[in-house]
This record gives sequence, C-alpha cells and structure tokens, in this order.
Amino acid sequence: MPQTGAAKPSSLLHKQIPIVTRSVKGKFRNFKTAVMVVAYSIYFLLPWMPWQRNSAADQAVMFDLESRRFFIFDLIVYPQDIFWLAMLLFIAAALLFFTTGLIGRAWCGYFCFQTLWSDLFIFIERMIQGERPARLRLMKQPLGAEKILKIGGSHALMILVSLWTAVTFAAYFSYAPDFVIALFTGHAVEAAYITVGVLTLTTYFAAGVIREHVCTLACPYARFQGVMYEADTLAVSYDSKRGEGLKGRTLPIIGLKTRDERQEKGHGDCIDCGFCVQVCPTGIDIRDGLQYQCISCGLCIDACNNIMDSVGYPRGLIRYDSEKNLSSDQPKPARLEWKRVKVIGYATALLIAAGILLYNIGTRNDTDVSVQQVRQPLFIMLSDGSYRNRYQVHIVNKTELDARYQLSVRGIPASSLDLGSLKEVRVRAGKSLIMNAKVDLERTIAQQTEKFEFVVTSSNPDTAPVVVPANFNSQR
Amino acid sequence: MSQDNNTNTTNTTGHVWDNDLQELDNPLPRWWIWGFYITFVFTIVYWLFYPAWPIGDNYTKGVPGLNSITYTATQPNGEQVEKTTHWNMRSKFMVEMNELQEAQKKWFDKVAAMPFEDVQKDAELMQFVNSVGKTMFTDNCAPCHQQGAQGKIGFSPNLADDHWQYGGTYQNIEETIVAGRNGYMPPFKEVLQDEQITQLANYVLEMSGEPHDAEASKAGAALFRSETAACYYCHGENAQGKIQMGSANLTDKIWLWADIPGSKTDAAKLAEVKRVITGGLNRGVMPAWSGRLSPAQIKLLTVYVHDSLGGGK
Repeated sequence: MPQTGAAKPSSLLHKQIPIVTRSVKGKFRNFKTAVMVVAYSIYFLLPWMPWQRNSAADQAVMFDLESRRFFIFDLIVYPQDIFWLAMLLFIAAALLFFTTGLIGRAWCGYFCFQTLWSDLFIFIERMIQGERPARLRLMKQPLGAEKILKIGGSHALMILVSLWTAVTFAAYFSYAPDFVIALFTGHAVEAAYITVGVLTLTTYFAAGVIREHVCTLACPYARFQGVMYEADTLAVSYDSKRGEGLKGRTLPIIGLKTRDERQEKGHGDCIDCGFCVQVCPTGIDIRDGLQYQCISCGLCIDACNNIMDSVGYPRGLIRYDSEKNLSSDQPKPARLEWKRVKVIGYATALLIAAGILLYNIGTRNDTDVSVQQVRQPLFIMLSDGSYRNRYQVHIVNKTELDARYQLSVRGIPASSLDLGSLKEVRVRAGKSLIMNAKVDLERTIAQQTEKFEFVVTSSNPDTAPVVVPANFNSQR
Repeated sequence: MSQDNNTNTTNTTGHVWDNDLQELDNPLPRWWIWGFYITFVFTIVYWLFYPAWPIGDNYTKGVPGLNSITYTATQPNGEQVEKTTHWNMRSKFMVEMNELQEAQKKWFDKVAAMPFEDVQKDAELMQFVNSVGKTMFTDNCAPCHQQGAQGKIGFSPNLADDHWQYGGTYQNIEETIVAGRNGYMPPFKEVLQDEQITQLANYVLEMSGEPHDAEASKAGAALFRSETAACYYCHGENAQGKIQMGSANLTDKIWLWADIPGSKTDAAKLAEVKRVITGGLNRGVMPAWSGRLSPAQIKLLTVYVHDSLGGGK
C-alpha cells in the first residue's frame, strides 16, 4: 500500500500523559491551603447557620425559590431587586479584570472552585496512594487487590466529597436540616435529586477526572484573562537570564556544583531538577515562558525556592515578576506597578459599581409599589360626561411582618379614587398583592389633569409612604 | 480518548487512481459510533412507551398498559367521566387541566360559598377573581365586549362604564350572564314621517347635551310622549330607560347604537340618531351562558364584571 504523507497527529487528540503532581511546601502552598480552609468552611457550614426569622425558616443564608425570596442574613432580596444581581456580576467582572491586570490570574490559582476541588482531590489521592513516585508506580502496576483498593478507594472518597458538595449546594435553597433528612429518606422533591445527582457527577468529573482540561480546554475565563496582561503585570515567571546563563541550564554534575563554577563555564542557576514541572497541576514547564495553561498558582515558585535553598543559591529563580522587569538590563526587585491607566480604570469602575450597589441596598424602601394603567381602553366616558381611568396597583411587602396598606391619591380630589370597599388591604410578610383602582374625574378637571400621584401608606410606622406617579388620560 | 491511535495512521480502501488518488477509510470515532447505537436503543424503547408508527388510518400506541394516562373529562351534559388511554399529548393536556382545576377549586369554592358583597372585601380573593376573571372574560366575553370590556358602539355595550341597561347589581349581572339578553327596538320608518323622526332625533341629542335644533327638539319632546311615536312606553316618561326591559337611558352621555362620539359634524350626529330611530334594532342579542359555564364560574365572572370592571352603579 503506497504511503502518502502520514497525517500529523493532532495535538488536541494526542493522548495526554496523566499529570501526577508532587506535593510541595512553601508560602504559596500555605496560602492556597489557607484559602481552601476558609472557602470550604464558609461553603460547607453556611447553610447550617441559624438566624432568627419571622416569616421563613431560621436559616442565615437561604435562597428560597418557592417564596421567591433570597435571605442573606438580615437582607431579603426580592425578584424586583434583580438589578442587584446585574451590579454584582459587573463588580465580579471588574474585580477579575482589576486583579488580573495587577497580579495575573490570581483568581485561577487560588480561588477558583475548579482549583479548590482539584487540589482537594489531589490531596485525597496523595493521602491514600502516596507521593508522586508511589502513585506512578501504582499506575504501572498490573490490576490487583492493592491497585483496586487504593485507586478505587480514592475515587470513592472523591465521589463522597462530590456528593456532599452537591447536597450542600442544594441545602442553600431550602431549610438545610429538614432538607438533608428528606433527601436521604426519599422525601425530597424531584428537583432536589436531579440537582444533587447532576452536581455530584459534574463535581467528580471536573475535579476528579478531567481536572486541568477544564482550565485548558473548557474555561472561557482562562482564555480571555490573557488579554488583561500588560508588560507591567506581575506573573509567575522564570528568570531565564539567570537560570540559563549563556550556555543553558545543566545538571549540577561534578565541577558544576557551586554558582561560581557554573558562572565561569557560562551555565545558569537552573539545575534542571524538574521539580517545578512535577508540582505543576496543569503539567507545564514554566521555564518555557508564560503559557495560557498556567493558572498562576505559585507552586513552582515554592518548589524552586526549596531547591535553591538546598543547593545554597539565592531564592527567586522562579518568582512573581513583570515581563518588563525581567527583560530589562538591570532587573529591579519585583514590585506592584499599580499606576497604570488600565488598573486605575478598573479600580474606579469597581468602586463606582460597589458604591451604587451599596447605596441601592441601603436606601431600598420596604414597600415596593408599581402602578400599571389599564390601557384597553385608556379612558372611559361615564354617563355624566366624566372620565374614568383604571389602574392596577401592585404592592410588595418586603418586611418580615404582615402589614396593612392604604392607597390614596395626590394632585386630584380624594373622592375621585374608587377602591370598591377595600379601605385598607393586608399584604402578608414577603408577599405582594395587586388591587384595582378606578379614578373618576369630572370632565373639566379631567381635561386639565395629565399627571397625579398614588400614595401608599403602610401601617408600619418605620416604613415611609411610597409615592408613585401616574398618568390620567381623557379626550382633550 | 482511546480512538486517538487510529488517527495517527492513514487507512485507505486500497483503491488508487491516477497513481496517487486514494480513498481514506478511517474508522468513525468510538464515542460517535456508540452514541449512534444508543439512539437505536432509545428509539425502540420509545416505540414501547409512546405512539409512534402510522399504519393506515391508525398508528401504534405502544405496549398496552405500559404508559397509560388517566384524566377526568366533562361531558356535554355536565357528567364527569374518568378516561384511561395510551399516552398522548391531548390526554397529557387534559391531565394538566385537571390539576389546574384542582388547584383553583378551593378558591372557586370560597367564592361560591360567600355572598357577593363579601367577596370584594377580601383583597386576596379579589386578586384571584381579577386574574381568573380576566381569563374567563377573554375566553367568553371579549369577542363581543372587546378585550378591555370597552364594548363597541353599534354592537356591544361598554362594561367598564357606570351605565347598566339591564341593571348593575350583582343579581342583575348574574341574571344577564345566565339567561342572556335580547335587546330590540322597532323601526319607525313606517310609523313616522321623516320630519317627525328629525324632531325626535333633535330631542334625543338635546337630552345628551349635544348640538341640536331647539324648535325641532321641542316638537320631538311632545312626540316622544305622544301615542303616535310612544317612545315613553319603553324609554320611560323621563327618557332614562327601564332596567326591566333594557331600554337605553337617553339622557346620559353614553351611546350604544348611534355613533355620536365618532361623528364629526352636527349633521352626522343627527343622521346617526335618525338612522337608529328609522331602522330600529334587533341586534342586541347576548347568548345565555348557563350551559357553558358552571354556576361557580358564572358567580366569579359576575364579581369580576361588577367589581373589576364597571358595575355597581
């Protein structure tokens, strides 16, 4: 069979060598562990925090979809406050841009859930299967009791953690103690089982099976964060000038052990131990320069510093530094360069958005009123020639107590408002009510009236009256 | 990713044209081929559970009893019948309608058990009346009375204003919905001269405060109460209409048959009124709803028309 130019294997389809990371000690590892402990404590414990409430379950943070209210400590968020979500998303985006512009992909390396859960699952693997060499040995081993037990055991534990992650997530949406009991006794709603099932599978799959592929192949943030890098941005970098010297890196063989010997022969400080590659959770070699796969977790810095300490060279062959500083003739100690238009711009946007959100949350009225005019027909002529307009008044009680509301008008005679026999309406805590209002105006007044106001007064003395403008239509 | 090995070598069918032209024969990716097989399995399972193959006028209905559906249907005579059938969209719709009716039942029952006057005092109940009433009104009443109940001059009365030809109390409105109405006015073209009709028309315009000829109106007023025209028989001595027979109040600003608001000139207004007197009308027919809506639905609709629209005056 004649062979034509054999198809070049696609790098996308090329079989990946599984990444088995070595553990490392150092300040970045400690920081990552600290973030993990804090983040997990918040995530897993928050649904269990009690909080005194009048109109709902005593749970500090509960996203109650059934009553369409989100309880966040003393703040109750209603569907009408959807604007807050938009602001929150904008703030999150601005914060991401700001930090990335300043110190690179800090989000990816230390805070992202993918990183946190992968880190935890790698920790589980290390606890059960041992350090990197032991895990590699286990992988090559033929199938046997030890392999099944260790690998199966670690995956079983991962699935358990995934399950509890999913249960915790679902617990945010209903009263946690009741929910967990109902879930495991088969009494929870269908949606709960679907949520828990899907989240267990996706958590296990993303953090336990495909891991770094989420960052390199699936995550859009990973890709577009590269756009926010500038020459001044601090990034995890290998000092290639120092590491390679004139003739490149080399092993510390006899005659090349001390720095002086190496510099004399033109070799750099990198002793090519490969430790930085072994600890990398995405399996890259930082010495090849900045790469899109780098999640900026700093573990290679810890690894290299440990090696530098052991061979007695100065630390910082791999460090947080800017591209500009690294390529300059006289590199200075790395420092945060924040006086840049982009960084200051992001910071300003962040402050403005946060200010608007906080102001809006702080000044929200406990009574939300919207008035919708019945537009079909816009106005009705009555038998005595006067005009009638009809309105639907939507009152939302955002407090935790039932309240009574009175509706009145301002700018037109009080007697023109017809509410049937509803002098006062009761709106339950956290609920809303739509009531009909008819406004009849005499012909001459009607023709002069274009605008007036509805005033809704609450029986709760702490709640300010709400004034809503309305239009009056008539044949002019 | 076990299929990756296959992409590294080139498989061909072995045929070569022009010495170098070959036909590639790489196997399909394994994930794709398995997905394809799974669709076969899915299809067969689907046939067992759901209607699938058309056969002549009929079709396969799945394995009997495997996926049946039960719903309650109301027969034309009002009898409730429970039906069980193979799964199909129409039955699924009926099941959902049953669930909806079940959910609304407690509210309907509450309205049915209350006197009319008490319903409107309950703001939460009124909210239910508003939303369900609007749907019922749209389904049943809006074709004539229009979506916003504003009616149409020359066709159907406005239900959002304060004038009620047949009375605006709860009882009147309920009676109207249950039994329907049949409005009628005889034509006067055989009885009266054209001049007399002009005089009457001027009088009718005067009573509503419209431009008119004062002299003709005076003659019209006399004619109105004479035995020749005998308008007062139906419209009453004071021309304010009679609720018992649904005759129009001629003294107010509301027009149902003569399109005065739509007439630009005085002559056109006069012509409109003359047209009604001359030709009479026999189109004021509203059908009865007693057989089509349940008593509870009619009661709710009555409250909607009375309180959400323009009743009560």
